[in-house]
Amino acid sequence: MFKKREIIQNPAGAGNPDLTMMPSGQRRRLWRKFTANRLGVIGVVIIIGLVGVASLSDWLAPYSYKEQELSAMYLAPSAEHWMGTDEFGRDVLSRVIYGSRISVYVGVVSVGLSVILGLFIGSIAGYYGGWIDHALTTIADLTWSLPEILVALLLVAIIGAGVECVILAIGLTYWAQYARLIRGQILMLKNEVYVEATRSLGANDFTILFKHLLPNAIGPVVVAATIGVGQAIVLEATLGFLGLGAQPPLPSWGAMMSSGTAYLFISPWVIIFPGLAMMITVLGFNLFGDALVDVMDIKDTTTS
Amino acid sequence: MPLLQVESLRVRFKMEEGYVEPLDGVSFEIEPGEVMGLVGETGSGKSVTAQAIMGLLPFINGEVTEGRIIFMGKDLLSFSEEQWQKYRGAKLSLISQNPMTSLDPVYRVGDQIVEGMLLHLNISRSEARQQAMDLMASLHIPNPAGVYYQYPHQLSGGLKQRIVIAMGLCAGPNLLIADEPTTALDVTVQAQIIALFKEAAIQRGIGLLLITHDLGVIAQICDKVAIMYAGTVVEFGDVVSIFNNPRHFYTKALLQCVPKLGMQKGILRAIPGNVPSVQTFPDGCRFHPRCSGVEPICRLQKPANIHLENGINVACVKYASHLKGSA
Amino acid sequence: MWRYILRRSLLMIPIFLLISIVIFSLIHIVPGDPIDNLLGPGMTVEHQRKLTEKYYLDKPIHIQYLIWFKNLLNGDLGRSIIEKRPVGELLMHHLPYSLNLGLSAIVLSFIFGVSMGIISASARNTILDHIAMVFALLGVTIPSFWLGLILILIFAVMLGWFPVTGSGSLQTLVLPAITLALGGAGLIARVTRVSMLEVISKDFVVLLHAKGLGKRAILLKHILRNALIPVITILGLRLGYVLGGAVTVEIVFARPGLGQLLITGLYRRDYPVVQGALLLLAMGIILGTFLADILYAYADPRVRDQHR
Repeated sequence: MFKKREIIQNPAGAGNPDLTMMPSGQRRRLWRKFTANRLGVIGVVIIIGLVGVASLSDWLAPYSYKEQELSAMYLAPSAEHWMGTDEFGRDVLSRVIYGSRISVYVGVVSVGLSVILGLFIGSIAGYYGGWIDHALTTIADLTWSLPEILVALLLVAIIGAGVECVILAIGLTYWAQYARLIRGQILMLKNEVYVEATRSLGANDFTILFKHLLPNAIGPVVVAATIGVGQAIVLEATLGFLGLGAQPPLPSWGAMMSSGTAYLFISPWVIIFPGLAMMITVLGFNLFGDALVDVMDIKDTTTS
Repeated sequence: MPLLQVESLRVRFKMEEGYVEPLDGVSFEIEPGEVMGLVGETGSGKSVTAQAIMGLLPFINGEVTEGRIIFMGKDLLSFSEEQWQKYRGAKLSLISQNPMTSLDPVYRVGDQIVEGMLLHLNISRSEARQQAMDLMASLHIPNPAGVYYQYPHQLSGGLKQRIVIAMGLCAGPNLLIADEPTTALDVTVQAQIIALFKEAAIQRGIGLLLITHDLGVIAQICDKVAIMYAGTVVEFGDVVSIFNNPRHFYTKALLQCVPKLGMQKGILRAIPGNVPSVQTFPDGCRFHPRCSGVEPICRLQKPANIHLENGINVACVKYASHLKGSA
Repeated sequence: MWRYILRRSLLMIPIFLLISIVIFSLIHIVPGDPIDNLLGPGMTVEHQRKLTEKYYLDKPIHIQYLIWFKNLLNGDLGRSIIEKRPVGELLMHHLPYSLNLGLSAIVLSFIFGVSMGIISASARNTILDHIAMVFALLGVTIPSFWLGLILILIFAVMLGWFPVTGSGSLQTLVLPAITLALGGAGLIARVTRVSMLEVISKDFVVLLHAKGLGKRAILLKHILRNALIPVITILGLRLGYVLGGAVTVEIVFARPGLGQLLITGLYRRDYPVVQGALLLLAMGIILGTFLADILYAYADPRVRDQHR
């Protein structure tokens, strides 16, 4: 039940090393450690698969995602339609494949937006401290506790339904967790000796912040971002389920499940398959993120 | 009868890559009321020795492979966990290195002292509280009644360490093991704490095993000293005798390293080479690569622990002649 | 401790004011004429003029806000355009369903999550640990509405153990509560596990053994007490979250809660209702955060002496 005492010294040096100056042997070791983590590899495979499916949809999908075939409604999964058809006779498999594009788009763009915003605000808060820190943290706290669905709904009310709502909603709520993470990291690192050393060599705030502190502090943020992509995809699906995300005939996974609800008892596969696709996708991102935690030996990815 | 007898102790730990043996050949004795210093550099195995004596090795993936530990006549290595729980804290106590991290941050310090008392003594909570405050007062903690209700983060390092000492003494142990009790403190506070220890040992007649890397502290309050290097006790015996006339080459080198007031300015002495890590302990005598008096046999054979007439033990082949025909 | 509580409660006031301003301005941000948004489109000019005067809609905006706020404090939140009932009444009707669901979900997620986390940490790297963590991962990755649908499919349709939808009885609460609880349980399990492993490796734990304490006492009295600190903060935050974020669950299970009220309000452009629901949800979130902070300070004495 107890962790063994560390008699062997940490090879990278005690405390938090400056990773920008890591020897290349260390990098290779990290790579090997990552590939040894089977779950993480599975995660990466899933992610690559997702991106592949999204890019190659035109070649992979057997049918068009919007062509209706009213004589072929509610067909159960068969050799012709591996995932069956929906209430308009559209091939579910093709729709799922094309749907991955929306998910990837939303996931990446929204997380990218919130990470950039969060990094910026968080670094400033952590580095300068004082009342700036105080003010920014309070704002971050409030933002973080908002359910993203509510923000998304609000945005829908204002700008109308669509994928942009989702992206904005995620961007506007999720930045807070990245800000907190990077702030915590910077607070921890800015007192490290090498920062003092760099400053005494004449570097200004900007250089210290962006060339040294940020690369070292970014670990937990990367992990949170990978998991964030998963969260973004789920949110898109949720909004789609409420009819507020990507609009028909775009095959958003959430929208598919939404229209499928009415036919839950007749053709459950319309709900099951998009849901499975989403689950596997999010699982992939989460596994990858977890493996990163292990490899980079990050202690704290919770935002407290 | 000695309070504590450690004989030829050998300890190993299970690590990811296999086993390591941080201790091999640790022997010393403490009489009741005696203060013994265990001195060595970082990595010499001092803390592991303390953990072994307290029976804490199983919790950190360690085990004793050879040797004996006799405490008040009882063989500690044969103890079950139940027996251990009756002895730990009650008959022998451990005070550890870093007072900052030795206390549970969510409980008041007074309650943490009382916890041990309620566990081992048959008294009521209010009696325990009173005794705890008396104990705190005797350790020169100002305003014991107030400090009792504080949380660890509200106290200074010196105060925290006194609380930790109080926790060690609260159930009236016969042996107190203090693992580097002053390393994390300011120099001025260090002196106070050391004096406290001596006072406590004399007042209560308990045995004190003081682990440190500071020779000055040893000289101040210890009756006996065991010099440790790379998991072995290389010399053991009366403090005055050893400091004045060190036998083992390591002891000699160690004492020479300490600068003294009034000595000539010049090169600071250091022992050539580095302390080996636990995975790279040399064969034979573990000190031989750095020893100024090394002989060919030192590379091959671990020296036996030799008892000299004046009560000093030394683990060096140079004194092997004393083995023939001596007790 | 009390000073801390006082300080934190005072902080709630400016936050609430700020949010109320945002919610109030909603009418004006949303596309469409604010008057139409508030009173409903398609009225005669005469009607409009009368109501405009009655509701002070021609006054400058800050006056409108103050009037609105004053009404708010008196409990008057306007009337629903569609239902033609006072918004307050609607809110009170829907609130209990949300509270029921939310509270049961929180309790369930705590019990599930903490147990899974403790088991995981104690049996680290064994099969049990992996299973529990996979479970927890699923809890975090599966979107609640999908889980709800699947649960309905299995337990209501195929097995017939529970009613499919509806509200009002304990039976109808089970599936929705489990659905909502699973996400939180997953998160709590992971946090508990990490926290426990961290606490276990702390210095003072080995010393607790040195004091002579038994494993059980150490676990219950010391380890858990320290490890559950982050979990407790999560619980407080979940309260705010489950009230608002339960929207999809409410829709899937056809429970007339606040989330559902909000959504239908949005669909139908019934903005007084939207405002009222948002306000209530915002209050829930603020209270939840407040509660989380208080619990955190209660659990971790080090926090009490910090100045926030």
